[in-house]
Amino acid sequence: MSEEQKQNGARSGEGEAQAEAPAAAAPQAPESAPATESASRADGAKPADEQPKAVQESAETPRQAAQPQAADESPQAPPQPAEAPQQPAAPQPGVEPKHTATPQPAGETQQSAPQPAAGPSQPAATAAGEKRPLTDEEKEARRQAALAARAAKLAAQGGAAAGAAAGAAAGARAAAGGAAAAGGEGTQEPPKPSPNQPKLDRAVQLLKELVAEDAVEEATLNPFNDDMPTLVIRGEHWLKAAQTLRDHPEFGFRYLRNVAGVDHETHMEVVYHLLNMDSGDTYCVKVRTNRDNPSVPSVVSVWATANWQEREIYDLLGIVFPGHPDLRRILLPDDWVGHPLRKDYVPLDPEV
Amino acid sequence: MIRTEELLLNVGPQHPSTHGVLRLIVKLDGEIITHVEPVIGYLHRGTEKLAESLNYTQIIPYTDRMDYVSAMTNNYVLCYAVEKMMGIEVPERAQFLRLIVMELQRIASHLVWWGTYLLDIGALSPFLFAFNDRERILQLFNELCGARLTYNYMRVGGVKWDAPEGWIDKVKAFVKDMKGRLDEYHNLVSGNEIFLARVKGIGAYDAETAIQYGLSGANLRCTGVKWDLRKNEPYCIYDRFDFDIPVGKNGDCYDRYYVRTEEIRQSLRILEQALEQFPPEGETMGKVPRAIRPPAGEVYVRIESPRGEIGCYIVSKGKAEPYRIKFRRPSFVNLQILPKLLVGESMTNLVTILGGIDIVLGEVDC
Repeated sequence: MSEEQKQNGARSGEGEAQAEAPAAAAPQAPESAPATESASRADGAKPADEQPKAVQESAETPRQAAQPQAADESPQAPPQPAEAPQQPAAPQPGVEPKHTATPQPAGETQQSAPQPAAGPSQPAATAAGEKRPLTDEEKEARRQAALAARAAKLAAQGGAAAGAAAGAAAGARAAAGGAAAAGGEGTQEPPKPSPNQPKLDRAVQLLKELVAEDAVEEATLNPFNDDMPTLVIRGEHWLKAAQTLRDHPEFGFRYLRNVAGVDHETHMEVVYHLLNMDSGDTYCVKVRTNRDNPSVPSVVSVWATANWQEREIYDLLGIVFPGHPDLRRILLPDDWVGHPLRKDYVPLDPEV
Repeated sequence: MIRTEELLLNVGPQHPSTHGVLRLIVKLDGEIITHVEPVIGYLHRGTEKLAESLNYTQIIPYTDRMDYVSAMTNNYVLCYAVEKMMGIEVPERAQFLRLIVMELQRIASHLVWWGTYLLDIGALSPFLFAFNDRERILQLFNELCGARLTYNYMRVGGVKWDAPEGWIDKVKAFVKDMKGRLDEYHNLVSGNEIFLARVKGIGAYDAETAIQYGLSGANLRCTGVKWDLRKNEPYCIYDRFDFDIPVGKNGDCYDRYYVRTEEIRQSLRILEQALEQFPPEGETMGKVPRAIRPPAGEVYVRIESPRGEIGCYIVSKGKAEPYRIKFRRPSFVNLQILPKLLVGESMTNLVTILGGIDIVLGEVDC
C-alpha cells in the first residue's frame, strides 16, 4: 500500500506531493473548531446553499472521517468534531508492532500533520464560508486543495486498511491485498488443480508458439469467477494474439462479451472477456499499459463490437486505441476536460 | 434529369420514436439513407463513477435507473456479482422470489416493447392493450416492494421483502390471464398484412454479423443462434425449470418480433412451474456479514436481461466500496449495429429498425 501512495504522490504532478500529502491529511482534526465558526457565521449572514449539501455528504460517510473529500474540506468539518481526532490514533496500536514498514509513514502522516496544515487550509475555509462568488484565483486554490486532499485521502486509506487488517489478526490477508494491488489479482494458485488448469496451460503454450515467446505476461485462474482462465498479454503482441484467439480452432473466441478499462493507479488495464459459443468457455484477457501515455492496440478489426466499447474507455479513462477507426468521446460532451474514471480525476469546476 | 442534393436530417434527441434521448444525424439521398451517426450520452449520469464512492447496498438503487424498464434484472446482476465474490448462499425462498420477479419483469419489459414498437409503426391500440397488462405487473411489484419502476428490491444475500399474504395467488391469476391475452395479441397483430409488410425482410442480418457486433438477447436469437444465458450459463435457479429458447432464422424485424412475443410465453411457462414449487415458508435473507467487503479480486458475471447479456465486472480491493465497477449494458452494445443496418434503407424503415433493436437510453448512457 505504501508503495502505491508513493507512486500516487509522484504522479499527481506536484513536486512536493510527498511532503504535502501529510500536511493536507490533517485539516479535519485541528480545524474543526474554526471551521464551525466560519460556517455558522455564513449561516447567519445569508442562507448558504453549500451547507446542507456538505452535511448530507458527511452524514453519509461518518466512518471515513479521516478521508477528506475533494474540494470542500472546510464545510465538512463541523459535523464530525468528535470523530476526527480519534481517527489518527486508531490504526497505530494494532499496526506498529506487526508491520514496521507500512504503517510507519501512515502514523507520521496523521500525527505530524496538524501544524503545517493550519497554514494552507485556513484561507480556503474562510473563502468558502464567507464569500459567495469565487474569483478565478480562489477557484485555482480550491483545485490545488482538492489535489492535495486527494493525495491525503489515499494516504489515509492506506493507513486505515493496514490498521483494519492488523486488527483482524490477518497479516497474511494484508500481504495478499498488497500483492493484489501491486500485480493484478490472483497471483496465488488454488490449492488443488482446477479443471481449467490444463486449458490455461494449453492457452499459454499456444500463444507462445503462434504469437511470440514473450506474448503472455501472466497466466492465472480467477478463484472468484469459477476459475476463469485469465491471461495478461503484452500490448505489442495484443493484436496478433487477438486474431489467434478468435481464429484458432482450439480457441474460437468469436464473441467478445465485454471490454472494461481499469485505472490501477500503478498502471492501466484493459480487460476483455471472450466467449466461445460452442464450448461455452469464457476467458479473461488483460492488456496492461502505463498511466502517463496509456495506449492499447485497437481490436475493432477483430471484433466489431469493440468499437463503441473502446470509445467509452477512451472517453472515461483516456486510454488511446491506435488503429481505431473513429476514436472520439462517446458519452461525455466533446469539449469535456479530463477522464472521469481515472483515479486522479479532478472536476474542472469543483462546484458542479 | 432532376437535380438532387444530399439532405441532412436531425432525428431527436427529443423524438417520440427514439424512446428517450437518442439523437441520429441522418444523411439522405432522396428517401434513401446514406449515412447515420448516433449521438448518445444525453442521459449519462456517471453511474460507474458514483458507484466508486458508494457501498454495494447503496449502488443497488442506481442500477434501477440504468435499464428502468427492467430494473429487477439490474438489481440481480449486481447482487449476484457480490454474492459470487463473497461466496454467499441465497436461501431457497429468496431464489424463487428473485426468479419470479425477474420473469414478471421480462414480460413487462417485452410488453412495453411490443406496445411502443407497434405504436412506432402506426398501430395505436396495441399500445393500450400492452400497457394495461403491464400495469397489472407493476401493481404486483408495488405490492411486493412499494415501487412501480425503481424497485431497489434485491439485496446482497436475498431480497428485501417477503411476498405479502396472497401475493403468490395474484401472480398465479395474472399468469393464467396473460396466456389468454397473448393469444389475443397474436390474433390482433401478428397476421396483419400491413404489419407484415412493414417488418418482413426489414433490417435483416446474419448470425455471423450478429456475433461480430456482440449482439445479445433477441437481437442475436433472431438470426437462429440458440444462445440464452438462462440455459447456456444457468444462474439463480433457472436450471430447474423446463422452457424453450425461441429462435428466428432470417434475422429481420419480424423475427425479432416473433422471438420477443414467444419469450413472453416461455416466461409464463417458467412462472407457472416456479409458482407451483414456491416454498411455503423460509428465510428471504441469507447469512451476510454486517459489512459487505468482497475480498480483493475481481469477478465478471452476466445474466440474460430482456435486452440481452447484462454483465457486471467488479474489481475489489477488499473495501466496502468497489474499486471499479463496470456494467456491460446490452442496449449500448446492441445499438452499435444501427448505422450498418440503416444505410441503403428508406427513411420510413428507420423507425422500424431502431425500434426492433429495443434499446433503453438509460442503459445506453448509463
